[in-house]
Order: sequence, then C-alpha cells, then structure tokens
Amino acid sequence: MAAEAARESQFEDYVVRTRKLTKIYAMGDQTLRALDSVDLDIKRGEYISIMGPSGSGKSTLFNMVGGLDKPSEGTVFINETDMAQLDAAELAWIRCRTVGYIFQAFNLIPVMTALENITLPMVFAGLSTDEQLQRGRALLERVGLGDRLHHRPSELSGGQQQRVAIARALANDPDIILADEPTANLDLRTGKEIIELLREMNKERGVTVISATHDLHMIDISDRVVWVRDGAIEKIEARSDVELTVGQVDWEQESGTAAVAESAKKE
Amino acid sequence: MASQTGSWKVGKVSLPPRVALEISWKSIQVRFGRAMITAAGTCLGIAFLVSVWTNIAIMHGAGVEMEPDEEMRNNWLVIMSLLVAAVGISNSMFMAVTERYREIGTMKCLGAVDRFVVELFLIESGMLGGVGAIIGGVGGFLILMLVSLFKRQAGDFFGMDWGYMGTHFLYAVGIGILISVLAAALPAARAAKLPPAAALRTDV
Repeated sequence: MAAEAARESQFEDYVVRTRKLTKIYAMGDQTLRALDSVDLDIKRGEYISIMGPSGSGKSTLFNMVGGLDKPSEGTVFINETDMAQLDAAELAWIRCRTVGYIFQAFNLIPVMTALENITLPMVFAGLSTDEQLQRGRALLERVGLGDRLHHRPSELSGGQQQRVAIARALANDPDIILADEPTANLDLRTGKEIIELLREMNKERGVTVISATHDLHMIDISDRVVWVRDGAIEKIEARSDVELTVGQVDWEQESGTAAVAESAKKE
Repeated sequence: MASQTGSWKVGKVSLPPRVALEISWKSIQVRFGRAMITAAGTCLGIAFLVSVWTNIAIMHGAGVEMEPDEEMRNNWLVIMSLLVAAVGISNSMFMAVTERYREIGTMKCLGAVDRFVVELFLIESGMLGGVGAIIGGVGGFLILMLVSLFKRQAGDFFGMDWGYMGTHFLYAVGIGILISVLAAALPAARAAKLPPAAALRTDV
C-alpha cells in the first residue's frame, strides 16, 4: 500500500513537512521554547536519524511529527495533510493508519499476547478478524517470532518485545515509522539486530523511518542525520557526509551523553 | 475538515463492542488478583446493604411494625453501607486507572480515540461491579439467613417478604454496578483526555 501510494504521488515527494514548528512549555513564570520554528522536510522512503543531547527538543519534535502532542505554533504536514486542521478522531486515524510508533520502553500492552498486541491497531482500523490474524501472523513471522504468537510481553526478552513493537508499528502498513530511542533499553548486539530489522523494513516496504537516537549503528545506516540543539536544527547531514565526519567528530561532546561514549568505546 | 490530496483520505477508527468486551474481560482475567481487590470494595458495601434489606424483608414477612427510630436506624445503615462502597470503589478505580497511564497513551498511539479508552474502563469497572455486587449480595443474604436461623424462628426467615427481598437484591446489584462505573468514569475520562505524549510521559 505504501509503495502504491508512493507511485501515485511522485509529485508529493515529502511524506513529512514541518513549517515554523514551535512548542512552548510554561514552567511557572518562565516559558521554555522546546522547539523554535523548525522547518524539516522528509522524503518518502527515507531513513532519518534525529540526534541531539537530552533536552535538545528531539523528543518534542518526535511527538509533534507523530501527532502525539499539539504544536504551540506552526504546523506539521503528513502526506500534505495539515495536522492542525484535523479533529481528534481524524488524528486518531492518522496515528492508526499512517504512523507506526516504536518506543524505548517497548510499550506493549501487558495483558495482551504478542499477536493481540499486533492486531489491536488493525481492530481500530476496522479490519476483519480473518485479515487481522493472517496479517498479524505474517508480521510476527517476518520479525522472527512465528513461534511466540501467544506469549505475553512479560514472557519475552527485551529484543523480542521490540520485535513485536516493530511488527505492531507495521500493522496497518503505515507511511511512517517513528522510533524513539528504539535501542536504548537493549544490549549492543540486540540493538544492532533491531536497527537492521528496521532498515530491512524500510527497504522492503518503502516505509519512511524517523528515529531519535544516540546509537552510532543507527547513524551508519541512515540516509540523513538531523542534528538538533536548543530546539533548532543545527545541521542536516547526508550519509556520505556522515561517513566522512564519523572519524573526526568527538561523539561524546557532540551528543553530550554517556551512552554514545560507551557504545563508541565498544566499537 | 481534513484537507485531502489525491487518493489519500482521512477516515474513522472503530472499536466493535464485541472486541471492547473481550479486551475488558481479558484485562480482568490477567490482573485477577488486582481485580478481585477492586471488586472486594463493592462486595463488602453491597453485602452490608443486602443484609440490612434482608432484615427488613424478614420483619415485613413477620408483620412486625418498625418503630420510627428503628426505621431511621435502618436507613442510616443503608446510607452508610453505600458510602463505604462508594469510597472503597472510587479509591480502587482511581488507582487502577492511574497505574495504566502508559497503556492508555499506547492505545491512543495505536489509533484509539478518547471514547474507546473510557469505554474499555467503564466496561471493565461495570463487570467488576457486577461480580462484586452479586457475590456481596448473596453473601450478605446468607449471613443474615444464618444469624436469623439461630436467633429467630426458622419460620420467620422463610416467611419473609420474598417479593421485597427479590426486588431489593436487584436494586443492590444495580447500585453496585452504578457506583463502580461512576467511580471509574472520572479518572478514566481525565486520563483519556491527555495528549498521548503526556500520558506516555507519566510514570506512576
């Protein structure tokens, strides 16, 4: 479906566009501009990493693009639809059909089995029970959990839970997958597997992947890296640029986190 | 309305009642211990209420006229038992909703609208209220039966006003469900209204 849409709409090259995107948080008497007039265009089928220290506005940008929070000013266009013009039910539909979410803490519904977690978005989308089961099984098999259909999240390892989350994000064949630090709760090897799986899905299905991350592996395979600092985009690098600079950049200073330093050391 | 380009349209999400029932039922099954504690609040309150009403039914049956004082005391007991149930249930429901903020946020990310979230919690609390009230009602009735068999003539008990008993048992179950649903409605509506990002951020 995503591929079809891509063919039909070659003129609308951008799956996400933000215009003067601003988010202001009131903190007592003070206001914090978490995001300050951000313009960002993301092409269909791209694999984008959003990098930046904690508090840089990375998560805020993530939430706005995914329709999980409302901007204070400016707007986000998804498939040329202005999100600010949508009512609650239409926003829910976008979250259901157009965007798939992957979280640091996996966020599976604890009382549901792997299969039920994956079919839930299909229930909201109005698919028939047969379709739900068929697609749910196929997706779980695709992510390598064909033998874990009826396990609950508590009976799965972190890596397995994140695989279920990836399958769930793909449930309704979305145009975009938003991944918020998808490897932060996983060990290095599992994290790498998850990143590779995301990249495969990106290539196989043409789904646009936007990922907030600290993980160097993620940067390696991204088409573009968006560096965010103090609520604004510092720079956008294409993969070829990143490959050139990786050797020179002081990662610890750039990202301001121990996580990167640690993973860089283990490299 | 949504601006639409080409073949891309914004539609409506849905949650069929059958699936809503299934999800709620499963939620109770999996958190069985937790659910039973919540139901116990209803159970106790309704047991108290039914025992008071059983006593009145026995007195009706025996043709005993109640003194105004006694009638007032009975009414007072009924009100007290309802308060006990209401406070206990509200507290449990409030906790049950609060500890599931992340789940609520996740559901909204998957395409649930506020109404689905509220619906699921109301069905769940209604089921818990129903089960709690029936168990409590039967329990309250049996306890008063035992007490009256020891203290009074057996005939008094079996000659009670069964019509009054029956209707009031149903009232009690209805009240149990109603209080449970009302107690869950407020925290659930509040949680459902949050933007998903805020619900996901909330750690309890």
